[in-house]
Amino acid sequence: MPGSTRACVMNRSERRRPRAMVLAAALIAVLVLLALFGPEASPYSYSALDWAHLSIPPGLTAEHWLGTDSLGRDLYVRTVYGLRLSLIIGVLATAVSVLIGVAWGTLAGWVGGRLDAWMMRVVDVLYALPYLFIVLILAALFGRGNLAVLLLAIGAVGWLTLARVVRAQTLSLKRREFIEAARAAGLSGPQVLWRHVLPNLAGSIAVYATLMVPQMIVYESFLSFLGLGVEPPRASLGSLINAGARQMLTAPWLLLVPAGVLIVLLLSFNILGDGLRDVLDPTRR
Amino acid sequence: MLGYALRRIAGIVPVLLILLTVSFFVIRLAPGGPFASGRALPARTRAELERLYGLNRPLLVQYGDYLRALAHGNLGPSYSMRDETVAGLIASGLPVSAALGLAALALAVLSGVPLGVRAALRRDGALDRSLAVFAALTLALPSFVTGPLLALAFGLWLRWLPVAGWQPDTPRDLILPAVTLALPLSASIARLMRASLLEVLGASYIRTARARGLGRARVLWRHALRPALVPVVSYLGPAATYLVTGSLVVETVFELPGTGRYLVQGAIDRDYTLVMGMVLVYGTLTLLANLAADLIHAWLDPRVRHEPL
Repeated sequence: MPGSTRACVMNRSERRRPRAMVLAAALIAVLVLLALFGPEASPYSYSALDWAHLSIPPGLTAEHWLGTDSLGRDLYVRTVYGLRLSLIIGVLATAVSVLIGVAWGTLAGWVGGRLDAWMMRVVDVLYALPYLFIVLILAALFGRGNLAVLLLAIGAVGWLTLARVVRAQTLSLKRREFIEAARAAGLSGPQVLWRHVLPNLAGSIAVYATLMVPQMIVYESFLSFLGLGVEPPRASLGSLINAGARQMLTAPWLLLVPAGVLIVLLLSFNILGDGLRDVLDPTRR
Repeated sequence: MLGYALRRIAGIVPVLLILLTVSFFVIRLAPGGPFASGRALPARTRAELERLYGLNRPLLVQYGDYLRALAHGNLGPSYSMRDETVAGLIASGLPVSAALGLAALALAVLSGVPLGVRAALRRDGALDRSLAVFAALTLALPSFVTGPLLALAFGLWLRWLPVAGWQPDTPRDLILPAVTLALPLSASIARLMRASLLEVLGASYIRTARARGLGRARVLWRHALRPALVPVVSYLGPAATYLVTGSLVVETVFELPGTGRYLVQGAIDRDYTLVMGMVLVYGTLTLLANLAADLIHAWLDPRVRHEPL
């Protein structure tokens, strides 16, 4: 479809996206810097107890500007530490998903025929299953507090959409003249895939990876929320929100601070990903 | 139509069987057993218990036994909760979970469809613009964030609604959980409805209907809504999958006595039969909901019925 028809379907706030995208990218940069340097920049450790300051609201003492939890642990340090863990798990799980999805999609699209039909059938069947349900069972059975299992379990369910997108693009790329030219020049199948198909897929892969990070962070936070993810005294945003939700009557800041950080993080990634998709991915137009 | 429905229903059985088989063996792969955690039992007692429940027999024999019992409608005893059967546990929790899921679905459809129609008819209006923001927010945020925040705002600060918990026959307890569960669904439905109605309204047969002198309202009700609803209806399948998993979260957040808690706790306790029962119930529900969405789709769009499967 030409761009003009798309402009009709978009509403005004969607047309204003570029500015929102820049803001989202800036917020992500700030949060990443906080996750990288925040925990060390504070005099406290995420597990250090301070019996003199239990459940202090934000802004009351100079030592703990975001307040403390019921064990006197500094909320600022715990939040940035949780942000760090959530980001690490989100990015690594996305990497796992991207690897599986790209391999699956390019193989199906490139080889085609019966293999393609069978591989895509598998994707269709998996699509109908409730992911979270499976991740929950797997995490409860095998990986309580085991980050490697957690990563694999989360990453193994996110690749389906990417596999579909990559397959569709590989199929259409396969018929283009420059691929034919590369084959004619004597390159083998894997060489063509590596040098000519994959670079052309990079844009859409980047878009879907950006959209996948927040999803993975949600999965991880959710598992931690249920007590299946990272184990105390370590914290991720999910386990902090869980702890905060239990005490929201007496100490609402314990819920509001990590929930606020998670909201900003998720919204920024989604706005950036959606924006990038409109710019880079022509299949969506 | 009937033939199509029957073929689709028959297609569910093998999928369920595969799901059950895979779950059965995956659950057994996990380290530990139902009597290995918690209170340490003397070795003889444990062996006796395992013999009693048939857990010492070969895995394949146990699998056969499980399927045979299942064919007779017997889901087995719970290993972690004494004197309880899996069927009894599920029967006590399912009404709560079902009420939550159905309330959320009704809420999402009844708010999402009118919102989407209105936004499509007044494009770039105030409602259309706030819909974009509403959708971006609710779709990005998981219910374990929106749930506690809503409980904090409406339960603790405004004191309009109960924060958590469940007493029988008090629908007020269900409002916040159902709203939490319905929010992202409502946003997706509204967005889908808006996009598809805009597309339909641009079609030439709508212009023809207008050219014949039919009024706006009549064109909308008689010609545009039915085809515009098709994408919304096919979305109800994935929506049901979302409701099934989402209810697990929301039940945990609001401490509702539904079936959701049995899945996680059962898996942690290695309560094999309980987890299998949950897989069976939630798997069947998901498949049936997807089927129902497909059947409504076939009813709205006759072309679907005549496609070979």
